[in-house]
Amino acid sequence: MADTLLKVEGLQAWYGESHILHGVDFEIGRGELVTLLGRNGAGKTTTLKSIMGIVEKRRGSVAFEGRETIRLPSDVIARQGLAYCPEERGIFSSLNVEENMLLPPVVKAGGMSLAEIYELFPNLKERRRSQGTKLSGGEQQMLSIGRILRTGATLLLLDEPTEGLAPVIVQRIGEVIRTLKSRGFTILLVEQNFHFAATVADRHYVMEDGRVVDMVSAADVAENIGKLQAYLGV
Amino acid sequence: MSNRVLIGIAVAVVALAAPWMFYPVFLMKALCFALFACAFNLLLGYVGLMSFGHAMFFGMAGYFFGHTVKVWDWPMELGLLAGVLGAAAIGLVTGALAIRRQGIYFAMITLAFAQMIYFLCVQMPFTGGEDGLQGIPRKPLLGFIPTEDDYTMYYIVLAIFLFGYGAIYRFIHSPFGQVLKAIRDNEQRAVSLGYEADRYKLLAFVLSAALAGLAGATKAMVVHFATLTDVSAAVSGEVVLMALIGGLGTIIGPVIGAFVVIAMQDYLAFVGQLVLVIQGFIFVIIVLAARRGIVGELTALWKARRKVG
Amino acid sequence: MGACNIFEVSSQLLFSQLLLGLINGAFYAMLSLGLAVIFGMLNVINFTHGAQYMMGAFAAWLMLTELDIPFWAALVLSPIIVGLFGIVLERLLLKRIYHLDHLYGFLLTFGLALIIEGLFQWRWGSSGAPYPSPIPGGTNLGFMFLPTYRGFVVVAALVICLATWFAIERTRLGAYLRAATENPTLVRAFGINVPRLITLTYGLGVGLAAMAGVLAAPIQQVSALMGVNLVLVVFAVVVIGGMGSIMGSIVTGFGLGIVEGFTKVCYPPASNTVIFVIMALVLLIKPAGLFGQTK
Repeated sequence: MADTLLKVEGLQAWYGESHILHGVDFEIGRGELVTLLGRNGAGKTTTLKSIMGIVEKRRGSVAFEGRETIRLPSDVIARQGLAYCPEERGIFSSLNVEENMLLPPVVKAGGMSLAEIYELFPNLKERRRSQGTKLSGGEQQMLSIGRILRTGATLLLLDEPTEGLAPVIVQRIGEVIRTLKSRGFTILLVEQNFHFAATVADRHYVMEDGRVVDMVSAADVAENIGKLQAYLGV
Repeated sequence: MSNRVLIGIAVAVVALAAPWMFYPVFLMKALCFALFACAFNLLLGYVGLMSFGHAMFFGMAGYFFGHTVKVWDWPMELGLLAGVLGAAAIGLVTGALAIRRQGIYFAMITLAFAQMIYFLCVQMPFTGGEDGLQGIPRKPLLGFIPTEDDYTMYYIVLAIFLFGYGAIYRFIHSPFGQVLKAIRDNEQRAVSLGYEADRYKLLAFVLSAALAGLAGATKAMVVHFATLTDVSAAVSGEVVLMALIGGLGTIIGPVIGAFVVIAMQDYLAFVGQLVLVIQGFIFVIIVLAARRGIVGELTALWKARRKVG
Repeated sequence: MGACNIFEVSSQLLFSQLLLGLINGAFYAMLSLGLAVIFGMLNVINFTHGAQYMMGAFAAWLMLTELDIPFWAALVLSPIIVGLFGIVLERLLLKRIYHLDHLYGFLLTFGLALIIEGLFQWRWGSSGAPYPSPIPGGTNLGFMFLPTYRGFVVVAALVICLATWFAIERTRLGAYLRAATENPTLVRAFGINVPRLITLTYGLGVGLAAMAGVLAAPIQQVSALMGVNLVLVVFAVVVIGGMGSIMGSIVTGFGLGIVEGFTKVCYPPASNTVIFVIMALVLLIKPAGLFGQTK
């Protein structure tokens, strides 16, 4: 790849005694939108968390812009220009919408302004004085994505942003993700919903039992559809 | 197995011969605190509730014993019973309220109730305030066993201790104790199986209070004296320290812890107030470095050795 | 007991006791505020709080007697010194036990309180030393005599409490703090140095206790054990209020102080225990505390 932003090699991770990742390898180019697909328990979320540095015990190599981050604490990793949107959304109930929005500190120049973010998510602007957890599931998801756009991070890690949402909202999130890609963000997306993933991604990595077992680029999805379905058990 | 029998015989011989090797009053005091610590540990180790106010049962039982025996001229066995029942009654009231919160709040609430009892003891005339209840007479037990002599008294105290210790042992190994452990390990599951967790906890609390009361009343009997110190937060902290030193959740640990702490107080009396500083350091060191206590750490060491060997 | 007829009580007595209650309430509020903020971030009930309150008063007293540093400078310096001491404790000891059950934090800080109070008692004895009032005199308000310094303490404590509330509820640092109380892992993954935030929080909470100690010095005797009973009462205050709300801590603290003052007028023997009785009632009616969330 011409310009690799993130390169993961032989990544292993543990939760307590249980060994979750057994050597994950993949890479993402600058400006790319890549998904991690796989069944429940394949290690997708753990991979994101390990990249972000929130899994205590991890080994192997995670290089961001060519710099090794495997030994750094998560706040230092974030300051290199990575931003994380967790599966459970992580909206703070003691903060209102705008406070949630302003919480992640700016780590680099070049992030979106608050006005631009509100333009992308008009609902949030209307409800900016509401308590964060009083929003609907879709709005919380948008807030969770919206708040990491200000920080100037170049790589966004999105963990199942469509989970549990109505089809209309899923479609809306799809539009947002395409917009973000067109604005130059690099995105690593964890998805169970392959149909959604197929509409946005450049490439798909498939995970099984804590390893990346396959890679299919968007152009080849059609001819590999049977194989992918077998992987995902759909 | 024969090892265990040998150890049992050795312990019995030491227990019986002890008053000729050590100062009997020291031994009796240590036995009282050992029972007290076991009662405390029953609640922490087997119910998962840390009371930081157990001095209210220990100290109040001393007053009940002292008042009934000295002022009302009751026989000593009834005085002990008064101490036990009085402590159990206080345990019933404070326990019913305290178990409405869990974890650290439970500790704070029991501490606060104990402080309330302490303030009441300072004010109420029957406790003798700052002076305490002094000169509680030792009368013949059951009307014929003489108690004036410290050597005879030692065996009485030893019997009381063994009675209390046996009661705790039986309790832990009863079906009731098993339910308690289930509640400690997973309260929700126990509740969903149909156990009324709060009732079990309250009963354990009352039992723990009653045994702490037995220890407190016995101590007052030994030293002829019921004092404000025994209801104070310092003593509540001391009993926590005893269980912690010995090993939380082990059945023999608190006994060892009690002997260590009482010995420390006796042999380090010359450093005066600094005993508290030393106790503080022990708290810090154990929490940071040896959370399993003496018994727990030794067991772990022994197991590790066996694995290697 | 019995009906308390406030018309039979002289207004002098009533209002001076209420003022005293208000002052006690000010200390309850400042201390329970610090306890709640520390508990939120560290998951530790800081048993050392009473000892740190005492250290604040002692630092002010030592500054005055040894170095001639006046009260007003001590009011600023002493919380900083004691706060820094707290930061050292946190870095060296407390940070090692965050992953353990809350009880261990309680036991550790209890041990630290024994050490600190024991050492102060060993060095300076347990009898109190007087601290001269920095604003002597007072005003006769007609219904009562108001010593100026006591009035100042109530106002100052109120200002400090409200400033703390503002800092936590309305500033960016406060938003970090609230968020980190809920989900420290995520806040850290946003690039905020949470361990440093925790250290800072502890330092501020301890500083608040020390400042209460400085304010108390001219009213109470400065002694090694001045915080021992106070911290136990403050635990009850915290149980009554619940630790979920900053404003709740402030209101509960002042409120209970007033109730205590009132009890002293109506039925003096109960004034020591009234807060504990209220705690029992709250546990009966609303176990989570007046301002606590259920779960």
